[in-house]
Amino acid sequence: MDAIILLTLTGLGLAALYFLVASGLSLVFGLADVLNFAHGLFLGVGAYATWWAAGNLPGAGPDGLGFVVAVAFGVAAGTLMAVLVELVLIRPLYSRTIEQVLVTVGLSLAGVALLQATWGADARPFPRPEWTRQVTPILGAQVPNGGLLLIVAATLVLGAILAFLRWTRYGLIIRAGVENREMVTALGIDVRKAFTLVFAIGGAAAALAGALGSVYFGTVSPQQGGSLLIFAFIVVVIGGMGSVVGSAYAAVAVGLLQQFVNYYGTSGLGDICVVALLAVVLLLRPQGIAGKVATA
Amino acid sequence: MTEVKSPETAAPPAAVPSELTEEPGRWHRVRPYLPLVALVVALILPYSTLHLPGIFEGALNSPGTLQLLAVCLVFGGLAAGYDLLFGRTGMLSFGHALYFAAGVYGTDILITHAGLPLWQAAPLAIVGGTILAGLIGAVALRTVGIAFAMVTLAFAQVGAILVARDFGGLTGGEEGLPLDVSGVPAGLVGVANTVNLYWLALAYLVVVVFVVHRVSGSPTGRVLAGLRDDERRIGVLGLDPYRFKLVAFTLAGGLAAAGGVVYCLIVGGASPHITSSELTLSLLVMVVLGGPGTRWGPVLGGILYMYLDHRLVSVGSSGAVDALPGFLSRPLSQPLFVLGTVFILAVYFFPGGLAGLASRVALLRDSLRLGSRRQS
Repeated sequence: MDAIILLTLTGLGLAALYFLVASGLSLVFGLADVLNFAHGLFLGVGAYATWWAAGNLPGAGPDGLGFVVAVAFGVAAGTLMAVLVELVLIRPLYSRTIEQVLVTVGLSLAGVALLQATWGADARPFPRPEWTRQVTPILGAQVPNGGLLLIVAATLVLGAILAFLRWTRYGLIIRAGVENREMVTALGIDVRKAFTLVFAIGGAAAALAGALGSVYFGTVSPQQGGSLLIFAFIVVVIGGMGSVVGSAYAAVAVGLLQQFVNYYGTSGLGDICVVALLAVVLLLRPQGIAGKVATA
Repeated sequence: MTEVKSPETAAPPAAVPSELTEEPGRWHRVRPYLPLVALVVALILPYSTLHLPGIFEGALNSPGTLQLLAVCLVFGGLAAGYDLLFGRTGMLSFGHALYFAAGVYGTDILITHAGLPLWQAAPLAIVGGTILAGLIGAVALRTVGIAFAMVTLAFAQVGAILVARDFGGLTGGEEGLPLDVSGVPAGLVGVANTVNLYWLALAYLVVVVFVVHRVSGSPTGRVLAGLRDDERRIGVLGLDPYRFKLVAFTLAGGLAAAGGVVYCLIVGGASPHITSSELTLSLLVMVVLGGPGTRWGPVLGGILYMYLDHRLVSVGSSGAVDALPGFLSRPLSQPLFVLGTVFILAVYFFPGGLAGLASRVALLRDSLRLGSRRQS
């Protein structure tokens, strides 16, 4: 019984990580039609900026309030990076989907290589507060605190994004833009401002995922973003492009499936089941759980 | 400015100005034979003992250089096969590494574990890779555009996981699987026989280029080009886009699997990095750098990319780069940083890639010449 509770909670922790990466990807794709391969780079930037801040930034540190400052710095760095990428690299190629993908591919290759050149290819130990190394007993299961932190953070982010989308003017524009971008433009609203905003949200969520994911794993490495990104893509396709709620459901499904099958079957089988789930969803419901039909 | 022009090409007065007519210069007459010249150079290269310091480490016919060249040729062929999807049909697949890896690991496993001789293992691996491409294409092609890219990426990831987790001890996991050479003909084994592997790689490249050209010149190829430009129109004309795309996808997968067989022999085994999505991304970079949808662009792009990928490592650790300040020398020692940056610049400033570069330069030259003529 406690094995099931433990697997459920660690699976939800994994789902939280996927959701943090996938929510931004899904919004960016739904609104701007950009498949953002550089999203893993935002994650890496967030993780390394947090790592750097914890050691070097005055006021920040590996523990207590200092850690909050370090994570805030990491999130700010990821957001800034995302906004810069949108303004400098994506915007000039507006509505040329393939070129945008190519640029983000180039950026992900060059960016990860740059991280590697600056801090080395090997994983580095991540400074984390003492309490995240410990476990909390829940119904008899010893659950690692890092995973719980991820679940709480992802729930907060989900709530914040939904509230933003539902109750603010820009949220309304984004929702309308995902539905029908041409119509929004025709009504005289500059959708491109919303693009930058969506990139900023996505960058912030990915950077948070980078920082908290590094707390969870205990290390930070340049390749971290790339491997997460592929599962985030799967989550986005299963959840439906442009739907944050769909991404959340899909992330939970993928995270739990992966964790349970990896535990009860052989290791690695869970990852394959996830792709099988993707194939089934595509065959039965190509538009995903809750999304618009994904077309070019 | 006075014109420097030979009298025989000077246009007579009151005729069409020469810059508006086709000017069949010497270059244009030579151009169709250039690939032939390149082939001849590639054929005589292993007999040359020329040293090209700075370009290659040893003499041209030294085994190290020949192996590097063979790898470059294989990737030239791979890029040409990938271009059949990306440049000529407009399908953005992120899973092409899977079929290449199927060829590499298929050959390796069939020879090393099943003990088959090469002449049986190679066709089996190629057929297996082709069938795999057909099956995955049948599912993935239910989506279009960006979703298709993501789905192919996900399937390729399964391949990477299968190889890395080493089910049943077949793939050797992280360490890779060295090829058991007892099943391979003696002429393809050993450092002294690297030249034969070079011939094999060259033959593969020629075959791929031939197949891609035949396909794109055929009626099917025109349908594929139509799919790239306007898929709905092809549907309206009564042709089934799904079937044509599946044909292209399967064919490209088969060509990649064949490349995998050759690569397996050249490298003498399989290592898990060839299953990574990074390999597919670099195929994409090769094609875009070379010029998608052009005849020789992808081949050139593939050869050049692999060459730079190998050589930039040694350039990056050379004294000239080390002498630069740290914030410059460290990024420059990462080949992927340099290639990625060049790639981004190419997307912005040279959309036609290397193949488009010549015509762009010619355009620039002509407009400059036109301007100077107006002034004179």
